[in-house]
Amino acid sequence: MEDGTTYEGMGFGFPKIVGGEVVFNTGMVGYSETLTDPSYKGQILCMTYPLIGNYGVPSWDDLDEFGLPRYFESERIQVNGLIVNELSTVASHWDCERTLDQWLYDEKISGISGIDTRDLTKRLRVDGVMRGALCVSPDEINNNELARAMSETKYDGFNFMPEVSVSEIKEYGSHSLPPVVLIDTGVKYSIIRNIIRIGFRVICVPWDTPTIDILSYSPVGVVISNGPGDPKMCKSTIKTANDLIDLSVPTLGICLGNQIIALAGGGNTQKLKFGHRGQNKACTEVGTNRTFITSQNHGYGIEPESLRGTEFDIWYFNTDDRTIEGVTHRSKPILAVQFHPEASPGPYDCMFVFEKFKEMILNDNIGYQRQKPENMTTSSRTGTKEKKTGGRKGVSEK
Amino acid sequence: MLPVTRSYVEKIIEQERPDSIMLSFGGQTALNCGVTLNDEGVLNKYGIKVLGTPITGIKITEDRQEFKNAMIASRVPVLDSAPAHNMEEAIEIANNIGYPVIIRVAYTLGGKGGGVAHNEYELQEIVQRGLPQSIVHQVLVERYVGSWKQIEYEMMRDSTGNAITVCNMENVLAMRVHTGDNIVVAPSQTLNNEEYHKLRSAAIRAVQHCNILGECNVQFGLDPASEDYCAIEINARLSRSSALASKATGYPLAYMAAKICLGYSLTELVNSITKTTTACFEPSLDYVVLKMPRWDFRKFELVSRKLGTSMKSVGEVMAIGRSFEEAVQKAIRMTDTGKHGLVCNDDSELEENLEIVEEGLLHPDDEVLQTVVKAIKLGISINTIYRLSAIDPWFLTRIKNVIELEKKLRDSDLSENLLKDAKRYGFSDHQIGKCVGLNEMSVRKLRQKLGIIPVVKQVDTLAAEWPAKTNYLYLTYGGEKNDIVYDKNNRGVIVLGAGPYRIGSSVEFDWSTVNMVWSLKENGIESVSVINCNPETVSTDYDISDRLYFEELTLERVLDIFEKEQSSGIVTCVGGQVANNLVPKLGKLGIPIIGTASTNIDMAEDREKFGKLLDSLNIRQPPWKKFTNMAEAIAFCHKTGYPILVRPSYVLSGAAMRVVWGEEQLERFLNEAIHLSPEYPIVITKFLQEASEVEVDAVSNGEEVIIGSLIEHIDNAGIHSGDAMMCIPPWRLTRKTMNTIVEYTKMIALSLKVKGPLNIQYLVKDDQVYVIEANIRASRSMPFVSKIVGINIIALAAKAVLGKPLPKEAGNLWMRVPGFGIKVPQFSFMQLEGADVVLGVEMQSTGEVACFGESFYDALSKAYEAAGYSLPLSGSALITIGGQRYKEKLLPLISLVNSMGFKILATEHTAEFIKNNTKANVQEVYKISEPSRKPNIADLLYNRQIDFIINIPSTSTIEKYVGMLYDEYQIRRKAVEMGIPVLTTVEAATSFVESLRWRTTFKPTINSLSGYVEF
Repeated sequence: MEDGTTYEGMGFGFPKIVGGEVVFNTGMVGYSETLTDPSYKGQILCMTYPLIGNYGVPSWDDLDEFGLPRYFESERIQVNGLIVNELSTVASHWDCERTLDQWLYDEKISGISGIDTRDLTKRLRVDGVMRGALCVSPDEINNNELARAMSETKYDGFNFMPEVSVSEIKEYGSHSLPPVVLIDTGVKYSIIRNIIRIGFRVICVPWDTPTIDILSYSPVGVVISNGPGDPKMCKSTIKTANDLIDLSVPTLGICLGNQIIALAGGGNTQKLKFGHRGQNKACTEVGTNRTFITSQNHGYGIEPESLRGTEFDIWYFNTDDRTIEGVTHRSKPILAVQFHPEASPGPYDCMFVFEKFKEMILNDNIGYQRQKPENMTTSSRTGTKEKKTGGRKGVSEK
Repeated sequence: MLPVTRSYVEKIIEQERPDSIMLSFGGQTALNCGVTLNDEGVLNKYGIKVLGTPITGIKITEDRQEFKNAMIASRVPVLDSAPAHNMEEAIEIANNIGYPVIIRVAYTLGGKGGGVAHNEYELQEIVQRGLPQSIVHQVLVERYVGSWKQIEYEMMRDSTGNAITVCNMENVLAMRVHTGDNIVVAPSQTLNNEEYHKLRSAAIRAVQHCNILGECNVQFGLDPASEDYCAIEINARLSRSSALASKATGYPLAYMAAKICLGYSLTELVNSITKTTTACFEPSLDYVVLKMPRWDFRKFELVSRKLGTSMKSVGEVMAIGRSFEEAVQKAIRMTDTGKHGLVCNDDSELEENLEIVEEGLLHPDDEVLQTVVKAIKLGISINTIYRLSAIDPWFLTRIKNVIELEKKLRDSDLSENLLKDAKRYGFSDHQIGKCVGLNEMSVRKLRQKLGIIPVVKQVDTLAAEWPAKTNYLYLTYGGEKNDIVYDKNNRGVIVLGAGPYRIGSSVEFDWSTVNMVWSLKENGIESVSVINCNPETVSTDYDISDRLYFEELTLERVLDIFEKEQSSGIVTCVGGQVANNLVPKLGKLGIPIIGTASTNIDMAEDREKFGKLLDSLNIRQPPWKKFTNMAEAIAFCHKTGYPILVRPSYVLSGAAMRVVWGEEQLERFLNEAIHLSPEYPIVITKFLQEASEVEVDAVSNGEEVIIGSLIEHIDNAGIHSGDAMMCIPPWRLTRKTMNTIVEYTKMIALSLKVKGPLNIQYLVKDDQVYVIEANIRASRSMPFVSKIVGINIIALAAKAVLGKPLPKEAGNLWMRVPGFGIKVPQFSFMQLEGADVVLGVEMQSTGEVACFGESFYDALSKAYEAAGYSLPLSGSALITIGGQRYKEKLLPLISLVNSMGFKILATEHTAEFIKNNTKANVQEVYKISEPSRKPNIADLLYNRQIDFIINIPSTSTIEKYVGMLYDEYQIRRKAVEMGIPVLTTVEAATSFVESLRWRTTFKPTINSLSGYVEF
């Protein structure tokens, strides 16, 4: 690690050397969802729960009603490496297809077990997240190679968008449904799932799609997704967000999307010391004091002072450290949350954010009135049978 | 100190006029009492507000049908079920659902009265027993899903609607076994994200719907082979599981629930561990917690050891580790049942029959983990074991890991890495030593040389994400760095706790531990650490001591902690027999004991040395001798005469102790007893019949002795002191006898140079005082004495262990108690299927109650009620007495019962005797074993036509074992199941009837207990 610490353990998964920003997550379940979350791009993930791999890895063929894999959040493992205290070499679950070890091997990702993950976590908590490198090898490990891998690692100031965003437009959900454009800055499948669930068709576009192209779909709303890295790297997305605010297009930002909207609205973002990654984070709603348990995964956040003088109000704040967890525009239909209302992994308590988004669309009498279909008042659930583009298949086609 | 029943609580309400009441903190007893107070209009009458979950919410969770409706309304699936109010209904419902079915009794605790029926015959048995147990006379017949996973969520909800899950838990033995008897892990190990959060969301919907305020426990069944699940029940109160969840996570559920009841919202409350973050969060664990129950079946000969839907364990331990293997092996050692872990136990090498093992997997008993180990060793596949036992293959594989490591240890050289692996898998030095042929201390030295020592980790609720301000600690080999730094200049004191509750050691020792910690601090000790492993206790609250080690009380672990702490010494006198048994070992290693020196404790424990001491002091003991061979023993007994009392040395609450009435029985028993403990010889004592028993609790600092109190047993000697009813102050002793006892106590304490608490047990027969034994440690009765007399004995003991002077005045207070304090044992015979209620030298009670009264019967009658006896003032009494002598002795009592207006029912010989000797009207009734002869006792019991039973077996011990009086046993057993009082000794019967008589004229007093006198 950057501070010179080394940890020795037992390697698993795929043997190679890899660098990344070392972060920790305190969730006790949900490694298949976590590892495939594109927000972890460029990071080596340490799980604080000591036993990982207990229920194995489910099948990619197990699809939900929208044709998306049920237990995964993107088409591949996104972390650069995995650090655990103890890897369960045996997996037990009715839906298990292979072990975690096997999965990592198959996807050429390295892991290490037998680590004092609590000690590592405390180090990151005290000194902040830092770069590190992981080497899994059957041979003697060369410390110089490790050091080189670490120093070559780029995280801060690196634009991950080309790696995580779709390269071409994809559609999910029935054609009969009104369209929502999803700007893919590293989206999780569950965000797509939830947009369809509330009754929309999803048009998933690359992160740098110009506003004019987005508007060409006549979207009733736009979602800016989660994703990895520094939001300031997503310059063209910020520009688009700015346009969407100007045009009063109903927009929902999630995680990175939240930060992008804040930047577009004149606010600023900052890197947090060690981020928020877990499933137990309390967020309080300004005004009502209702507190919700949320799932989170972010290393950057909105600088609270920077919202002064902008058109944005704080919607949610983190009950523990008072960081901003959500914003709303004072006059326009713009909502954003720093946490993950789509859960997966984590608690489903904040699903209502999607309903709020839907409500915003239904109340929008500019863009939406134009093409409001008859069936919009009832949330219809339509699968993606006509066009099944999500899921594992996407990988092999690439 | 009054019974928690409707009438007493109402009287207190009338006196105190409170404006509100909390119902969810006193278990099922308090909850039921609260519901009754509400339904009978008491709360309304006095304008009392219920703080916490409202009565409507409580009723939803308690009434099966309402619960089902509520779950359906909250979109939470439930199992097919229907309530039955009589046998016919139950049979019809079972036929509709299809067998097997589970029968649950509405409004009971611990699954009391319920059971699984695989056919109509079993159904009838259970329903017959269950219906009368329910205060609403209702049972629920439900589809049985024994092989489903049993998952629990501990929930918190506030009045603004914020709801969180503090902890989820998985039961290793699936739905089959009551969670109180289950091996429980936290968090769940085999659930994926979707299952975990699906159940979590369901739990939140359910508590929102029921309007829970404060804490509750939601229990689910989860199909291990599909996505099906169902809600089983909600406990709208703090429960055993909540205590476990609090300790497992570090989230103080009861504390937070109390705040919520007062109107705080979760967001307003602060996480007690970090002191900076909110209490409205869900703890993240970075360790595995495992709860293991402790059963004490060996105390009950006739009890079925099978585990099921009715809870039978008497205590539990909780182990924390960084792997399942580590946690489970620690937990097994913590239960203190003589096992060293999953493997390397003294009896584990026995050949096993495949059929017995398979049966053991299918119908688990208290040895279920040993059965799994045997099954794996026999080569039965994990899949087959899973199919038979319903234990998830994940757990089975972990157990197999331990077995494989044992094999490696036995087969290969002990390398550094292997040793490390073994420690990570929770092997003790003893286990490792057993595999490689070294003794425990050699393994310890070897691994210390290699630097293999455990690290100290904190339980902090947030997986290290925020710094913890408290020192709630455990030791593990699953890590490299200690979480805390020790201050070498501030060497503290370690206090050993008592480990799991068991028969003979319950909350009394925990009270002592906590008071010792507090008093040591008051006496200037800056840093006090506690080692204990019982999640049900106060001593394992992290804010009691400066450092809490939730750890094993084994020599290995105590030494580990002692070395880490560089402690100045260990207090062993408040941890009951567990801590006491460590004293000689610690003494041998030169570890400083704060309190009585180990050699002096040994002098009291070793009968030979103690006997010599008493001889030198001219104090009598009943004749006794130590034996290693049978011929000498028989000769001795022949000379002194039977009955005699046999026991191995270093006993724990009467285990294996027995009264023997004749030579044949002695021979048979000696074979068994010697098997039990080959290390120690057998001691035979003359058993004095019809002697009274007196105990003294005292404190000494080596120079002065403070008498806490003399405590007189109400029962005659022969009933274990833990099962005896006791009275403060003595009510039948002469002044001279009391003086002798006080004098003896002082002589013994000073000769043994006692520094701390002590308890001496005496026999008094024909004005002669004999010493039975001296325990140089805190005793079971000390909290009772402290509360009744008004001195905190342990606070004095803390001064004593530190060598400080004691206040002389404290020693006289017991003589000035303005009334009587009486302690009555509480038994769990109902839950222990098959248990006989006849008492003996083996302790059987699982708890106790005490009440204070202005007169003897004032106190006694209240204590009876507190222990759950109903005190009928009219009705029928069944009397069956064995032997001429007892019949004659009880004649006056029978006349009294008759004159009080009770109808007397008696079996053949007793009836004839009563008719011939009194004017009482007697109705002859017939034995249960002759069901065709009417009126039959069985029918009378079922129809509640008997109000209490006096059943005195001729010699209460001999025939129990000879098994002659099976019919009497049946009467007692059925009566227990129907909740009818059974009195089995002359003294018990007399006190009971006299209490009834007192109640016909007087009303019980309602007074609050005053605090301790300050010195």
